[in-house]
Amino acid sequence: MSEIPAGPGWSQNKLRLQNVSRTFQTPRGPLTALEDISLEIQEGEFLCVVGPSGCGKSTLLNLIAGLDRPTSGDIWKDSAPVDGPGTDRIVIFQELGLFPWLTVLENVEFGLRMQGVSKAQRREQSRRYLRMVHLSSFESSYVHQLSGGMKQRVALARSLVTEPDVLLMDEPFAALDAQTRDLLHEEMERIWAETRKTIVFVTHNVREAVRLGGRVIVLSFRPGRIKSQFTITLPRPRHLEDPELALTAREVLAQLKEEINKAVEEEFRHEENH
Amino acid sequence: MKRITRQLAFYLCLVAIWQVISDLHIWPPYLFPSPGSVLEALQTGFADRSFLIGIGISLKRIAVGYGLSVLLGIGLGFLIAASEFLEATLGGLVLSLQSLPSLCWLPLAVLWFGLSEKAIIFVVVMGSLLSVTINTQAGVRHVPKIYLMAGRNLGARGLLLFLYVLLPASQPHLVSGLKQGWAFAWRSLISGEMIFVSLGLGHLLMMGRDLNDMSQVVAVMAIIMAIGHIVDRLLFERLENRIRHKWGLVGAA
Repeated sequence: MSEIPAGPGWSQNKLRLQNVSRTFQTPRGPLTALEDISLEIQEGEFLCVVGPSGCGKSTLLNLIAGLDRPTSGDIWKDSAPVDGPGTDRIVIFQELGLFPWLTVLENVEFGLRMQGVSKAQRREQSRRYLRMVHLSSFESSYVHQLSGGMKQRVALARSLVTEPDVLLMDEPFAALDAQTRDLLHEEMERIWAETRKTIVFVTHNVREAVRLGGRVIVLSFRPGRIKSQFTITLPRPRHLEDPELALTAREVLAQLKEEINKAVEEEFRHEENH
Repeated sequence: MKRITRQLAFYLCLVAIWQVISDLHIWPPYLFPSPGSVLEALQTGFADRSFLIGIGISLKRIAVGYGLSVLLGIGLGFLIAASEFLEATLGGLVLSLQSLPSLCWLPLAVLWFGLSEKAIIFVVVMGSLLSVTINTQAGVRHVPKIYLMAGRNLGARGLLLFLYVLLPASQPHLVSGLKQGWAFAWRSLISGEMIFVSLGLGHLLMMGRDLNDMSQVVAVMAIIMAIGHIVDRLLFERLENRIRHKWGLVGAA
């Protein structure tokens, strides 16, 4: 099992998940968030994962990040098993987790500081990424002084500064208004094109998924399994008015709807039991 | 500026009312001193340096006692918060000890340390240590999990995670603990000095009582209040405001 098969296709895989399951112990009994996920993610791929709330999307990211461990199954990055967190795989959390006691620049520097990079060097490197997200003039602001979209961009810069090769994004734009989200989609696409990171992007927004993803995976509701996959090869930047994209979006949505209905039924059943 | 004028006016009014009451001679002056006699007592106290010496001695004691409480309290707080076992055992003990007025420790302290500086510092530490501990513990418990996850995610581990994430993230509670601890320490010190009688401001107050000099008693009370107030304002309020401002816990001001 630990033998890594050699071959042209395999060597390009940035991430490989093999029969990954994660079960949580809850007061109501064990809850299987993810079941038997096998997935290969290529270097430089932009993978979007959609699914209803509670299908284990965030769990998937935490597992890849090494912040949580699978109950069974293996996760590989490049050719090494994932064993704990590492700055090569950075999560951008839904709540961001920017530090309110630090300035914007200090927040961005944080990862480098933990690595023991000298002050001058981390300043320079952090400023470069702040420029990339167009926030240079806010470097000495505190987090609460920024708008929602700006906070997202700080989080993005903070994640990019340690130069991870995998970015794991957990519904990062869910709380933003439509215009800001559109802008960030463009920015995200530009940064992805510039840096060629491997991105796993979790969302419940189908339009967002087909707009950004090279591949879209639909997860099923409890337990979370891979229900279906869509490969999208349309040129970028994509427009949602594009008929071909709209068609894909509709297909993805149909798949997702089935799972959302299951989630809603489950909720009703809970209410009846109470 | 407006605030200062208002406060000044308030205190002037208070002194005026005091003056009027003492002018009515309802009580004899040795029971109810006039503002003038208290001012006089302050002047003589500072002129013969007895007040200065008293202030110096009390401040030295509070510096040592409070300093120890802060170091031990923060350490203990983090330790208790780090372990469920300690939280259930030591945490409960700390809470019940907190309900004990620190003066209760004086008989034991005298027994253990004799009539020495150590005894009075022990009382100060017992008075403030626990509130620092409890607030530190609360601070750690209230740190949102997301900060720790983000910290680990960005490569902070072990001591780094503690120093650069957990410690700063618990700042708001920590400062209220330090502030509360200071208030308890100051009270414990003065009441300890009053009973223990070994110089210091508390001793000066009791000396006034023994000499039936109520002007001195009130003068020393005024000094005790002033020092407590100044430290609270100049140190803790500023510290709190700075943190609240930085974190955006106040409306944009």
